[in-house]
Amino acid sequence: MITQMKSRLNANARLVERGRLVSGTVLMRVGDDAYKLIFDKGGLVDIQQGPFPMPNVDFTISAAAEEWRDFWQPVPKPGSHDLMAMLKRRVLTLEGNMHLFMSNLFYFKAVFALLREEKGQ
Amino acid sequence: MKAVMDPIIGRYLNLELEGRAHRIYFEEAGQGIPLLCLHTAGSDGRQYRALMNDEEITARFRVISFDMPWHGKSSPPEGWQEETYKLTSDAYVNMVLAVSQALSLDRPVAMGCSIGGRIVLHLARRHPERFRALIGLQSGGHVDPYYDLDWLYRSDTHGEVAAAVVSGLVAPTAPHKECWETLWHYMQGGPGIFKGDLYFYKFEGDIRAMLGEIDVTKCPVHLLTGEYDYSCTPEDTKAVAAEIGVEPIIMKDMGHFPMSENPAMFRKYLLPVLKEIEAQEPAA
Repeated sequence: MITQMKSRLNANARLVERGRLVSGTVLMRVGDDAYKLIFDKGGLVDIQQGPFPMPNVDFTISAAAEEWRDFWQPVPKPGSHDLMAMLKRRVLTLEGNMHLFMSNLFYFKAVFALLREEKGQ
Repeated sequence: MKAVMDPIIGRYLNLELEGRAHRIYFEEAGQGIPLLCLHTAGSDGRQYRALMNDEEITARFRVISFDMPWHGKSSPPEGWQEETYKLTSDAYVNMVLAVSQALSLDRPVAMGCSIGGRIVLHLARRHPERFRALIGLQSGGHVDPYYDLDWLYRSDTHGEVAAAVVSGLVAPTAPHKECWETLWHYMQGGPGIFKGDLYFYKFEGDIRAMLGEIDVTKCPVHLLTGEYDYSCTPEDTKAVAAEIGVEPIIMKDMGHFPMSENPAMFRKYLLPVLKEIEAQEPAA
């Protein structure tokens, strides 16, 4: 399922343009599963599945599988509808150098919501 | 498309605030009971434009919304380049009273959202006699920071980051047009202004310990909060409501910016409150 992020992002020219300054590697943890998302100029070049014993990444974003599942609902319930809402509930963890994430916050919010079932963005 | 004029009038008001000369932009529409509207942190008075275009409201209320100093079309005071903007409860309370007095408003209804929803609690505590009613939208006693606020005041993240931080505070069910208009206002905020407002919201303006001093028999307080707000949550508002002895209204499918993110839905919640306020008026 995670691998669908690549085709969905690369097919979204506006979103790729929004992330034009984003090049780097992000580690995404969905419960015990880990994925490396490799970005180049706003596009997703590759998604690699772990485990990664010593990941060298720009930042790591982690949440339990059920938290991501709730976040990806077509109309998520309050508290599961946004990365910052999950951060406020302390169920989402962000680690590493936050500059890439915060200076492209609209972009990353949209990228991680790409797996949300269709209801229109 | 035929060109149509809004009924809104905008003007500048020159007055002294905290001992310094200020030029404040305000807009108004309608006639009747003055309804003074207070915008959220890092935004401006445009958030209330739907209200000012709502004939059912402007037929009975004089709706006024001003841009706080440093926000919207209100300039910062002379010498601003030498200081870091920080909002405090005292400055905010005095600003609302000064604008109200300068516009000769007779015991207005004050309605504020977010930081505005917090300041109406301070107004209820300190100056209940100056208002005929207070309406708090997304009113909570306090909010703990849940992200590093320093990101809001950096030359390399400014503009988009303020809007991106609050984008999730809009309910996912809000109309896209209104959602993105609300976010646009955030993108236009001056550097450091959103962060400076949050100094009041997340630190200095904590009113929890003083809620017991609010007497709602002196001035009625109405509290309305959207269920998707994770900054001021429904639980935060319920805690305030229980403390001061009022019944809160929790708005379904609504986030942190009811008046601007979903005006059509918000009016359904607001109109009964305004009717109740009208009904408390002595017969003419």
